[in-house]
Amino acid sequence: MAKVLVREAARTQVVGQGVPRLDAEAKVKGQARYADDLSFPGMLYGKAIRSERPHARIRRLDLSRVLAHPKVACVVTAKDIPGRNCVPIIYEDMPLLAEEIVRYVGEPIALLAAETREDAEEAARLASIEYEDLPAVFDPLEALRPGAPQVAVPTAAERGNLFNHMVIRKGDVARGFAEADVIVEGEYRVGYQEHAYLETQGVIAVPEENGIAVYGTLQCPFYVQRAVAAVLGLPLSRVRVVQTATGGGFGGKEDVPSQVAAMAAVLAWRSGRPVKVVYDREEDILTTSKRHPAIVRYKTGAKRDGTLTAVEVEFYYNAGAYQTLSSAVLWRGLVHAAGPYRIPHVKVDGYSVATNTVPCGAFRGFGSPQVIFAHEAQMDELARRLGMDPLELRQKNALREGDETATAQVLTESVGLLSCIERAKELSRWEERKQKVAEFNARERFRKRGLGVSTVMYGVGMGAKAPLLDKAGAYVKLEADGSITVAVGNTEMGQGAMTVLAQIAAEALEVPLSVIQMAPVDTSRVPDSGPTVASRTTTVQGLAVLDAARKLKAKINRAVQEILGCPAFVVEGRSFCDPKDPRRRVTLEEVARWMWVHNWDMGATGWAEAAPVDWDPKTGLGNAYFVYAFACHIAEVEVDILTGEAHVRGFWAVHDSGRIVNPKTAWGQVAGGIAQGIGYALLEELQAKEGRILYPTFTAYHIPTTLDMPEELVIDFVEAPYSGGPYGAKGLGEVPLMASHAAVANAISAATGGRLREYPALPERVLALLEGEK
Amino acid sequence: MRLKFRLNGRPVEVEVPPGRRLLDLLREDLGLIGTKEGCGEGECGACTVLVDGKPRLSCLTLALQVEGKDVLTVEGLAQGGKLHPLQEALVETAGVQCGFCTPGFLMAAYALLLENPNPTREEVRAWLSGNLCRCTGYEQIVDAVLLAARRLREEKGAES
Repeated sequence: MAKVLVREAARTQVVGQGVPRLDAEAKVKGQARYADDLSFPGMLYGKAIRSERPHARIRRLDLSRVLAHPKVACVVTAKDIPGRNCVPIIYEDMPLLAEEIVRYVGEPIALLAAETREDAEEAARLASIEYEDLPAVFDPLEALRPGAPQVAVPTAAERGNLFNHMVIRKGDVARGFAEADVIVEGEYRVGYQEHAYLETQGVIAVPEENGIAVYGTLQCPFYVQRAVAAVLGLPLSRVRVVQTATGGGFGGKEDVPSQVAAMAAVLAWRSGRPVKVVYDREEDILTTSKRHPAIVRYKTGAKRDGTLTAVEVEFYYNAGAYQTLSSAVLWRGLVHAAGPYRIPHVKVDGYSVATNTVPCGAFRGFGSPQVIFAHEAQMDELARRLGMDPLELRQKNALREGDETATAQVLTESVGLLSCIERAKELSRWEERKQKVAEFNARERFRKRGLGVSTVMYGVGMGAKAPLLDKAGAYVKLEADGSITVAVGNTEMGQGAMTVLAQIAAEALEVPLSVIQMAPVDTSRVPDSGPTVASRTTTVQGLAVLDAARKLKAKINRAVQEILGCPAFVVEGRSFCDPKDPRRRVTLEEVARWMWVHNWDMGATGWAEAAPVDWDPKTGLGNAYFVYAFACHIAEVEVDILTGEAHVRGFWAVHDSGRIVNPKTAWGQVAGGIAQGIGYALLEELQAKEGRILYPTFTAYHIPTTLDMPEELVIDFVEAPYSGGPYGAKGLGEVPLMASHAAVANAISAATGGRLREYPALPERVLALLEGEK
Repeated sequence: MRLKFRLNGRPVEVEVPPGRRLLDLLREDLGLIGTKEGCGEGECGACTVLVDGKPRLSCLTLALQVEGKDVLTVEGLAQGGKLHPLQEALVETAGVQCGFCTPGFLMAAYALLLENPNPTREEVRAWLSGNLCRCTGYEQIVDAVLLAARRLREEKGAES
């Protein structure tokens, strides 16, 4: 059995407290500076001239009318790029500007900078491009057929349009299915999900004396630094990236800002003037990454008592025209495909495929939500066939400490899944609620309710696909007046990272939180901490902060000992006292002054590396991630059987992310993830035809509003502490989205008596389920 | 064209071209960057300001439409260095994450409380349904509005 994990009163002062966010006051005053809020003298506005065709050879590019526009200061094509014509991400197949061939609608071909935003837009329309259309392909299965048009740049593909094929081979699925009493199979499909961060992409590139500075809304400043250095042909030391306040990321500002910044940088370098590039909503939806559309096939077997015996999975991700992050997205999907369950025999084949569509990329969950939709639907199908309660089936198969995951990784600690399930069951009053739903459905003619469950696991951090990126540095400095500056290379995008990191620093330094100031993220002044992705910031960056803070604390302690002349002392607020003579005391301000006067080094650097991981690409087996987070979600939906409209009435979510550093911001992370999951399952549909996104607006793409949220929303945490994390913390950010949509989807299936196999569950799809489409 | 109006309680007189949006007048000409553009087509509510006490989308309002009117932006909420109870409550409930939608929510909520100082949870949810937030799931924002409403009523009760 899992340990009793709930709320052990931990001996911490600041960690575990729901303190207000450090950035909240500036944000409520309207003082936070986002990308478009910055201006520089002489600033121009940059704009891309983009492909109108999904796949074509550029026959002629005539920019003479653009150049003749009186307000245009600078025009750039591929040959004007001073460095390499490439946006380096994992592969180097994506050019900054297309030279001969365009591979998707919206691909940048040329750039211009003009005096005002309106001038830039007007001038961009003056470009004249002659195309020779090439055969194009938009569907991943078609793109894999022999004779399909070649989309992928050959150096970036395994063969043809197959970017990557990854596998897991554990045990013997044939044997596993032979041992099964019940086998369920299904194909599931999902389309795009758009990030819809409220602040669109935006950067300003500013030429400086010895290089260039780029200010922007972004998650990964060190990615941007590398991309800008590549296109300008500059050493990294001459490229300075400064993160502005960032209005949401969710993965959408992981790789895309590299492209946006590279465009602005080339224009700034060529014109010698600051250049701002800020997308409007339409350009943002049309040209930036999204969650991969997917085709997912599952076969799952279980014994009569519910014990899972085997799972076989085949899934295809439509990656778009270039690799960007697709290989990493595919890998996470692969490792998560079997769910948080004990399954002896596992066979998974994941394929990411190039098509003539906008490149997909990172989005909260990073390749896992697509397979989670499927594995959770399979669990419910099995439960129905076995006549078992869906929560009980999950409880029966849930991973426990000492169990092996699908990649044959033995979980040695911090496995809170069973506690999550038990707590969710209790909070939702599961048995009573099931009864009430049954009564409601027997009573009501035109409305039906359903309950849905999901359980998920989440590998925290980069995992064995990119262990080189799973490191972080921190610098902590005691200022001469006793205030403390903390510099880190991970970023705040709204998730609350800076507050949590400051709490960790304050805890370790035994100082009030108000003493701590987080430094702005500027690559010339903060340590490379890898990307702010993979729910890794609290854990990995937090460890680096802890390391630095402990070193500084040791120095402060030595100084206090010298000042007070006693080996031991007690901390009281901002004062240190001699326990034998409480009148002998010194304040933090005085200690700082003393250290400054005595020429002490008042800073400390910290470093953290994720615990070792390993993985064999041939078998797909290994220790994929250093630790896993878990969750159990339960949703209650009501559908109107006349209109097909569905509404989530109640939601109960319980997470194990180890120690929760800030319960209030963690609660908000979960609530926000639930909203995005409700959107994914019920509302969000981005229609595309032949590589063209048809309606790139919020008028057509509906993200949840206040009225789409459940009337009853209950969120709780069980804390299975992780010994490798700061104060026992694991990651949280992505998990709520991963679990929520699947619970909603299962609730829709339960309410309709059908089986939802495609997102989103728009009214027409719900009506079809009610009419008996299985 | 000449435009005269009151902005956060102070008279303003500026020259604006006829087609200029109120949003651009505020952000670019007057430097009040607290009002945000999220979509530019009236769908997201991030650019909400108050015009004579009513919430208006400044991306769909022409600057010249506010001639002679009172415009309130997020910068006008705090008085004498003290946060407005709505701002205070949002900080307390952690109803702010990325913060980009926050000014719009504040202005919409401010307008609600002018009209209805004692709203129910359902009324707050309905009123705020025109403002999009992608981070929070809205619950802590709704909590903040209810908390601020209660405090404002108590304040008022104490005064009278």
